[in-house]
Amino acid sequence: MTSVLYDAPGPEARRRHLVFGVISTLVILAVIAFVLWRFIATGQFSAQKWQIFSFPRVQQTLVQATGATLSAFGVAAVGSLVLGLVLAVGRLSERTWLSRPFHWFTELFRAVPVLILMMMLYYGLPPAIGVRWPPYTAVVVALILYNGSVLAEVFRAGVESLPKGQKEAGLAIGLRNSQVMASILLPQAVRAMLPVIISQLVVTLKDTALGFIVTYNEILFQAKFFGSQVQYGTPIVPSAIVAGVLYVGMCLILSGLAKLAERRLRRSQKVSPAPAAEV
Amino acid sequence: MNTLFNNLDVFTTGFRTTIILFLVSGFFALLLGTVIGAMRVSPVPALRAFGTLYVNVVRNTPLTLVLFFFAFGYPKLGLPEIDFTASAIVGLSLYTASYVAEVLRSGVNTVPVGQAEAARAIGLRFIQTLTVVVLPQAFRSVLPPLFSVLIALLKNTTVAAGFSVYEAGAIRAYLAERGEPAIVVLLWVAFFFVVLVLILAQLQRYFEKKWKVAR
Repeated sequence: MTSVLYDAPGPEARRRHLVFGVISTLVILAVIAFVLWRFIATGQFSAQKWQIFSFPRVQQTLVQATGATLSAFGVAAVGSLVLGLVLAVGRLSERTWLSRPFHWFTELFRAVPVLILMMMLYYGLPPAIGVRWPPYTAVVVALILYNGSVLAEVFRAGVESLPKGQKEAGLAIGLRNSQVMASILLPQAVRAMLPVIISQLVVTLKDTALGFIVTYNEILFQAKFFGSQVQYGTPIVPSAIVAGVLYVGMCLILSGLAKLAERRLRRSQKVSPAPAAEV
Repeated sequence: MNTLFNNLDVFTTGFRTTIILFLVSGFFALLLGTVIGAMRVSPVPALRAFGTLYVNVVRNTPLTLVLFFFAFGYPKLGLPEIDFTASAIVGLSLYTASYVAEVLRSGVNTVPVGQAEAARAIGLRFIQTLTVVVLPQAFRSVLPPLFSVLIALLKNTTVAAGFSVYEAGAIRAYLAERGEPAIVVLLWVAFFFVVLVLILAQLQRYFEKKWKVAR
């Protein structure tokens, strides 16, 4: 599609593109080289700063921290999918007294920043109602509330994108409203929206890093701890690199799944793939 | 109510910083995002590859990590010192730019093929086709997703509170010292965010009506 923006390059244009290509490559390489040079000049790649990551105990802690991130992500992902389905079904109900509260719930939790939700659940709510729970609970519940609300909108858009005949046919053969929803509309909606749902799960995975701010013991939290060890030359940049590799790796795997789902959907003609996800 | 009115100074300072963060990073993110979006559809393979790489890497990095790097890592690199607010702006702009680029790229695809073909037929070059014909139309059709990105940016500014920026997300920490109940403070913060998001949604509706494409 993009090629419609420019003519097939002739010999002159090809030469011009080559010049542009070389110049832009040089500029980009220069920027990368500058960053690397600053890293090397300030000793970010020195053995002393990386030594801490060669200890088995440190590596074990990092694996545990990755486990903590993944466990928060797993529970939050399942929880937000369930909550999203419930909210979507509630909002699509034909009874106004039922659909309106679900509508407000969805809109409210989509508008409040996840971090504020986490702070409410960690700093605000426990003293107010006189209980204590670990940061894990706050992280997971906040992620479920936010992503559940976003996913509810995704499911709803999926159901509404289906042809009207689907619902009418279901009603015509004597199914109840709930049966139509459960066995006809939702399965198709989930299928059509699969890429968007998975990219929203990538967002959930990325947002587990917010747990760092409410002292949840995940990858970034450990990275900060290792990065501030003075006897190893405060390797904060190496720690950020390690954390970055872990996060980007995990998210790329999930995004790859989203791409795969999209490609499979495009091959099957029954449903049309949906637009991109929220941030 | 008292929690709000007794501490109006903290609330106004916090939300002023939030709005500044939002406006400045929003501006740079739109600018950088447009450039990267243009790179992704450009005829030069090297630029296309770089645009794709940038979007794929940044979109798969948590914003918290980006801000972490600029707040803690950057000062170690011996470069000109910048304060925490400036580093938050840099991080937010770089992060949001990848989303803007993606939105614009998908917007370019919604402009009818005939538009670009007509532009080429009258002899416009790639840059001219893009800036004079395609992008102005793409901007209109991408208004809703673009505003979702901006609303997300507004909410994301709270992450900067974890990195020593005195903004809305940090109000709780400041008022904890004054002994205010955290839940009340946070409910007020959440309330103001809902108001700000509603204002942005209203703005979106206004622009959508104003720039409606007559086809």
